[in-house]
Amino acid sequence: MTATAETTAGSRGSQPPVPDGAVTVTVKIRRFNPEFDDEPRWDSFDIPALPSDRVLNLLHYIKWYVDGTLTFRRSCAHGICGSDAMRINGVNRLACKVLLKDLLQTGDKQTTITIEPIKGLPVNKDLLVDMEPFFEAFRAVKPYLVTYGNEPTRERIQSVADRERFDDTTKCILCACCTTSCPVYWTEGSYFGPAAIVNAHRFIFDSRDEGAEERLDILNDIDGVWRCRTTFNCTDACPRGIQVTKAIQEVKRALLFKRV
Amino acid sequence: MSLALDKPRQPRRPAARRSNGELYSWLFMRLSGLLLVVLVLGHLFIMNILDGGVHKINFGFVAGRWASPFWQFWDLAMLWLAQIHGGNGVRTVINDYARKDSTRFWLKMLLYVSMVLIVSLGTFVIFTFDPNISSN
Repeated sequence: MTATAETTAGSRGSQPPVPDGAVTVTVKIRRFNPEFDDEPRWDSFDIPALPSDRVLNLLHYIKWYVDGTLTFRRSCAHGICGSDAMRINGVNRLACKVLLKDLLQTGDKQTTITIEPIKGLPVNKDLLVDMEPFFEAFRAVKPYLVTYGNEPTRERIQSVADRERFDDTTKCILCACCTTSCPVYWTEGSYFGPAAIVNAHRFIFDSRDEGAEERLDILNDIDGVWRCRTTFNCTDACPRGIQVTKAIQEVKRALLFKRV
Repeated sequence: MSLALDKPRQPRRPAARRSNGELYSWLFMRLSGLLLVVLVLGHLFIMNILDGGVHKINFGFVAGRWASPFWQFWDLAMLWLAQIHGGNGVRTVINDYARKDSTRFWLKMLLYVSMVLIVSLGTFVIFTFDPNISSN
């Protein structure tokens, strides 16, 4: 291995000219390189940015022109794929959906933006976390259509009202913003987490699905919905505006009254 | 400030324990909470506000109240509900925050023993209270 700890060049060469109207902001990133670091450390970068930039643009700037070793996930960069969930100024957000102008300090004060990996999942490198425990909880609630008996010869019809019941929870993009904002998920080893419950909700309340009982049984577990403390961190964190806590409460109610 | 967690996630999910225990404990917290609002506020009002407040409380006052089965039942209900409600709350906190299984187990044992001790001692006193006990 020939890599060295101090890499200062970006991956795309020299810095581009600073555009008109740019302000200098400090981006403070919590970094961890498993090859060199025992403990996570903070790195600060002073970079020029436009108020119309998204936080993702700042990360790109750092990676492309300042420090090519900065590691983070992103795919579509437009709030659809859910790859770039991170803790921005202490709250979970998608870096591609947060505008710099909403984070700028008023007056002449220097703006500092802190960026950390989402909490509660093992950090692989810098802002990149191992999502496997998150997806394991997701798979555990059977997030697919479960039916019994003979397949109908025609499509499974559903009324508008029946579709409306789970409309909110169909919006989930599995970015893990909600689950990794949950204090119970941070400390407790095996809580399913809000995202898994949201995706269970999507099928439990689907009139075409016949697996509601199995899923409710799974979520009635000690690691299921009863661990929820209605902190509302998840609802606040969701980049798709899903009423996560409400969905969890609806699952609780279904369990309580044994009725979907 | 350290965000690193000792055991961030368990690699494997333990087999689901199928029981309604958590449901009942959740429900109990809501119902006992409602009852406790009435019982505790009533208790505070009688003991601390009505008839000269806290200064009227002495051996005779307590003896007089516990002569009536109504107040015996009131205090008994308050003792049991408050102890189990509070104990269940602490159990939840231990479940959430204990990092090691052994820590979790021993903290819960300590909690359960203290709960049983306080509930049985209180119940014993309420039912065997002797107003004619000599005060020497």
